[in-house]
Amino acid sequence: MASPETPVTPPPVVLAARGLTRQYPGVRALDGVDLTLRAGEIHALLGENGAGKSTLINLLTGAQPRNGGTITVDGVEIDPDGPGGAVRAGIAAVYQEITLLPNLSVAQNLYLGREPTRWGLVHRARMNRDGAALLRRFGLTIDASRPLSDFSTAVQQLIAIARAVDLSAKVLILDEPTASLDTAEVQTLFTLLRTLRDQGLAIVFVTHFLDQVYALTDRITVLRNGRLVGERLTAELPRLELVAMMLGKAPTAESHLGRRPATAAPSGTPLVRAQGLGRRRLVGAFDAELHAGAVLGAAGLLGSGRTETALLLFGVETADQGELIVDGKTVTLRSPRDAIRLGFGFCPEDRKLDGIVAGLSIRENIVLALQAKRGWWRRLPPARQRELADHYIKLLDIRTPDAEKPIQLLSGGNQQKALLARWLATDPRLLILDEPTRGIDVGAHAEIVRLLEDLRDRGMALYVISSEIEEVAAYSDRVLVMRDRAPAGLLEGDTITPAAIVNAIAADHQTKGAA
Amino acid sequence: MSAVIQRLKAARPQLALLALALLVNVFVAPGFLDLRMQDGRLFGGLIDILNRGAPVMLLAVGMAPVIATRGIDLSVGVIMAIAGAVAAAGVNAGLAWPLAILAALATGLVCGLWNGLLVAVFRLQPIVATLILMVAGRGVAQLITEGRILTFTEPHLIAVAGGTLAALPLPVVLALLAAGLTGLLVRATALGLFVEAVGTNPRSSRLAGVHTGLVLGAVYVWSGLMAALAGLIATADIKGADANNAGLWLELDAILAVVIGGTSLYGGRFSIGRSVLGALVLQAMRTAILRAGLPPELNLVLMALVVAAVLTQQSPAFQPLAARLMARLKNKEARV
Repeated sequence: MASPETPVTPPPVVLAARGLTRQYPGVRALDGVDLTLRAGEIHALLGENGAGKSTLINLLTGAQPRNGGTITVDGVEIDPDGPGGAVRAGIAAVYQEITLLPNLSVAQNLYLGREPTRWGLVHRARMNRDGAALLRRFGLTIDASRPLSDFSTAVQQLIAIARAVDLSAKVLILDEPTASLDTAEVQTLFTLLRTLRDQGLAIVFVTHFLDQVYALTDRITVLRNGRLVGERLTAELPRLELVAMMLGKAPTAESHLGRRPATAAPSGTPLVRAQGLGRRRLVGAFDAELHAGAVLGAAGLLGSGRTETALLLFGVETADQGELIVDGKTVTLRSPRDAIRLGFGFCPEDRKLDGIVAGLSIRENIVLALQAKRGWWRRLPPARQRELADHYIKLLDIRTPDAEKPIQLLSGGNQQKALLARWLATDPRLLILDEPTRGIDVGAHAEIVRLLEDLRDRGMALYVISSEIEEVAAYSDRVLVMRDRAPAGLLEGDTITPAAIVNAIAADHQTKGAA
Repeated sequence: MSAVIQRLKAARPQLALLALALLVNVFVAPGFLDLRMQDGRLFGGLIDILNRGAPVMLLAVGMAPVIATRGIDLSVGVIMAIAGAVAAAGVNAGLAWPLAILAALATGLVCGLWNGLLVAVFRLQPIVATLILMVAGRGVAQLITEGRILTFTEPHLIAVAGGTLAALPLPVVLALLAAGLTGLLVRATALGLFVEAVGTNPRSSRLAGVHTGLVLGAVYVWSGLMAALAGLIATADIKGADANNAGLWLELDAILAVVIGGTSLYGGRFSIGRSVLGALVLQAMRTAILRAGLPPELNLVLMALVVAAVLTQQSPAFQPLAARLMARLKNKEARV
């Protein structure tokens, strides 16, 4: 079972998952993934959105049933059926949103469902005493009888970990534990995790902060599109290579996608210019120029601030610094309606949550933005609605028997096309697309890229955020690289290559490492 | 023409329920279906149901769009009481009857505006936001009536309930007109689409440029207006404003009518016509129980059973079960 690339005797395997598979209707969220956890190791589980990290965790904790594969703990095959079964097998998870009960006391949270009793009643004094003692072992000296909500997120996180470890002390899974902690709190957490590791616990650490991966973990497993990319020792995996594994692009390989003949980087007055646009606690000041007939690509890892740039450009969030100049005039976007009035459109990253209106028909979804732009009084006549829907169903090749089917019945790629149609119907000047090809099968993928190129050639300004580095490199005239919620570089013209983008995403870490 | 047939098809469950309830009426009161003309006005069991059901029909017409936005308006019964009190106090203070009626309707608008403000601007949960007015509103109505039943003799105001237009009682005409106008307002403009979009996915709707705040506010304002009209009818009916009892618990009937009309409390698709049918189903049941000479208390129990049945039928947990049951029945039939 030991991985071949470790020369020294590796620590004993605690948990071995083999060939885990999870099938949703139409999507294979996890496809034959292996995961090996060893005692006394912190194991980073990495991947972009949709890579399958959450699904993998859910299968390990029994929160979701699996469609294939085995899980063994200490050599014994287990079948976690619901979280209770996983806890009995020694697997516990702490999630990003703390799943404790804020209105109960710290001790009540620690012993929920297993309260110490006396004469059949909860022995509150003992519970508080035990709770305080337990927390002291985790470096927390607090009054366990106080309500949980009295304490900061960081402390609540530690309490959640204490409960999880006390419940079952073999495998601890931490899903983005540092997402809402400040630097000092992260250090406290890391100290605790190192102690637990040295006590022989196997820890899974999910994060999108690469610095933390290198500061804390011993081993890395990378997933991509529901498949295992590889398992490596952290010390032996350069950052550049890690980023390449996550994005699915070898940094040295030549791009096999043809770049269109190098045109001069767009010049002249841009349609939209962002100067130092930013919002506190959202994204640092960035510059962007969007020209008619040109594509500005945006690249970066999950959590890099790439999506947040789009939120500011579309008025979903209002900028509190910098300025946005459209048609040579400074504008303030207070809502998406303001952006739409200027001729912007936005296909968001999460199609289900922010894109489609499930329950309404394909036709209604397509006409929604145009109808909203016209106002409630000037209703599009039904005949015109049908005409529009049929036109775009044909133009974009949306696979559906007719326009009246509920939109949620379409596949991911066809939903994306319908959302594109929603904006095309408004005849936008700028189209902002966040991950337009995520979770879409290969065929539809290529179609959407072709569509974008076609729109660009017909004079639309495009802002495309994507983790598909090769695609971004192929169709972009400029590429904005984001990192740690701030801009990290702007590539132009011939300097746009997949390798250069991966380099820019990882660059900061390399210079730090060299220093 | 095909659109009408399609709509009737969609309303099959409601029509079936209504037919069932009417059938029970025929059974307990022979001659229920008889219609006769007297002094230029139609009389009969069916007319009674329309007439008695008019206030809840109006409430349901206002409630359906509210529920479609995933909201609820608990204050409509109280708005009825306030509007009635305003009209009664108005005519008693010497206000001309058209002005008194306008004042009552305006009161409904203001109440709706208040609800809409709380829900759309201050983002209160609709159930809590409208509960505020539901609780406080009775007090407001009592302040207006000074704790008494304000009786009045203004003939025009009394005619709101007792008058006749086109051979039909005026409340029926008003309710049907309001339903028609509302249907036109939501379907001939884009409001219906926006209401359904906001109720299904407010985030996507906002990103698509729908003015979600305006849509949310508008449905509560309309609900307030419909409730005020219902309040006028209820007040005119007893020729007095009873702040304690006017519209009491009718918000629940209205919600029930909308749910029987097939609108999910989770928001989304709604139908004005089917909500009106829902209100009529309730009234027909009530009438049947009264005519059968059963104690009216039984009414509540029966209504509860109907609600349980309708909601179970709409529940996502029940549907696969029902489908399997149907399949098994069909298999048996095939074997026989």
